[in-house]
Amino acid sequence: MALLFEQLLNGLQYGVMLFLMAAGLTLVFGIMNLVNLAHGSLYMVGAYLAVTATQWTGNYLLGVALGLAGTLVVGMAVEVIALRTLYERDHLDQVLATFGLILFFNELIAIVWGRAPLYSSLPPWLQGHIKLFAGSTYPVYRAAVIVVGLLVAALLWYVVTRTRLGMLIRAGASNRTMVGALGVNIKLLYTVVFGCGAALAGLAGLMAGPIYAVQPGMGELILIQVFVVIVIGGIGSIRGALVGAIIVGVVDTLGRAFLKPLLGTMIPPTAAEAAGPALASMLIYLLMAVVLAVKPAGLFANR
Amino acid sequence: MRARLILWGIAALLLIALPPLATALGQPYYVDLARRILILAIAAISLNLILGYGGLVSFGHAAYLGIGAYAVGILGFYGIANGWIHLLVAIGASALVAAAIGAVSIRASGIYFIMITLAFTQMLYYLGISLDVYGGDDGMRLKSRSQFAGLVDLRDPVAFYYVALGVMLLFVFLTYRIVNSRFGMALRAAKSNEARSRAIGFPPYPYRLAAFIIAGAMCGVAGALYANHTGYITPGLMAWHQSGEMMFMVILGGMASTAGPVLGTFALLLVEEVLKGWTEHWQVILGPLLVLSVVFFRRGLAGIFFKPDA
Repeated sequence: MALLFEQLLNGLQYGVMLFLMAAGLTLVFGIMNLVNLAHGSLYMVGAYLAVTATQWTGNYLLGVALGLAGTLVVGMAVEVIALRTLYERDHLDQVLATFGLILFFNELIAIVWGRAPLYSSLPPWLQGHIKLFAGSTYPVYRAAVIVVGLLVAALLWYVVTRTRLGMLIRAGASNRTMVGALGVNIKLLYTVVFGCGAALAGLAGLMAGPIYAVQPGMGELILIQVFVVIVIGGIGSIRGALVGAIIVGVVDTLGRAFLKPLLGTMIPPTAAEAAGPALASMLIYLLMAVVLAVKPAGLFANR
Repeated sequence: MRARLILWGIAALLLIALPPLATALGQPYYVDLARRILILAIAAISLNLILGYGGLVSFGHAAYLGIGAYAVGILGFYGIANGWIHLLVAIGASALVAAAIGAVSIRASGIYFIMITLAFTQMLYYLGISLDVYGGDDGMRLKSRSQFAGLVDLRDPVAFYYVALGVMLLFVFLTYRIVNSRFGMALRAAKSNEARSRAIGFPPYPYRLAAFIIAGAMCGVAGALYANHTGYITPGLMAWHQSGEMMFMVILGGMASTAGPVLGTFALLLVEEVLKGWTEHWQVILGPLLVLSVVFFRRGLAGIFFKPDA
């Protein structure tokens, strides 16, 4: 029971990180109609910058802040240099060009930091465990990731629905020519939105650092799961991204933790030993297929 | 038309002449390289059928390369070395998986289709990793090459080269015939105007699904050959980088052209080969090159020689 609860929290923690990635990707898609495969690279850049900045300054929070700011700048630079010309192109061109960017970023990171994984250290106040109920404990850091993720989700909701910037974003998503005609600097708006999406990816990456390994190519693994999140949630919908991310996070985590023992009760243990991990890693894709069969445009499609 | 046939003839003669030339120059490595390019060109030809002519942007075509390769590897693992059975299973399994993936993903369109094909291929990739019996993440060495008793011995690098060349030319011809058949016209019509094609009584779905299955089966053949080429199978064949590279082979060469995928495969793999010779960090150069090619080089290599077909 305690184990189930802990795994549920782990699922939520992973889901929250997926959400940070999915939110940026879906915002960029919704407003600029751009498919950005290199979103995973920004996740990686955030993780590397934060680790390096923390080592540099010796202060974790300062490192995080520098990592976020750095990813924001990198994101805006990528938008201005490479992606701006692609908005009017079809999705195929966007996919191909951003695929090229992934190769570039992975290799660049390998040149600067090497191919070996980096391990990031946490300050003392983020180490240790907090007590839950009945003697079960949970790592402080993972709990902090959940809290930060949910706070960012709330902030994002506030910005998109209650501020002028959010109004422009929503307007841009439904009719960008009109927004431009009304005198809004649409180029600047795009760069800002892309930068914010990049910073969200960077935040996910730097929070992932202490939990998973920081290495070249780390962005791709999560990126494809983020695609599953977006397909399940519905493209362009932040609400869908949140729901999809938590579903995928929880299903994936629980599947990896409990599918093997569960199968073991039904089929011979040796067969379960082989089938369990295979099925667990396929689970979210099967889930995606089911969702698509029932709701082809995702759970919260708004276009 | 005649000019094209002449160009094809010259290209085929050059490729036929390559092994003796390479041997004469004492560079047998080039036969190996060219064989790899020819086999991947087969995969690119199959992708062009759906991507170029069908307008289906599949980001998961590496799946069938992997399935074809695993068919050879797994059958060999259980002691079945007959090449015809290998081919049959590779084609059958690829077609089956393509039918399943296609049936779900072709209902979706645009960006959804891209993400869904990518996600399903990733699922197969993880399946490959979790198959510990067949080597898991590390992959597995083939026990023996596919055996075509009395016909050809694939252990002979030059003979295998001519097999790859023959299959590639056959597939170029096959695709040409498919695309210019009634079926191909319906497929291309659905790409250029879906609503109109529906209105004149050609609902796109069955044509697209059939093309998707044919392309998967063709790529399965490429996978079976590729396993024989490397003598090794790994889940990496199904990794999404492989899918991305295959898309670039088609795009660089020129979509929806007969020669495009072949030209594109040669171009991409030769550029990679040159860059690898320069530096270990070749991808840092290739990446921006690919971005530039997308931005500025719209019609592909085939566009230099021919007007696009469609």
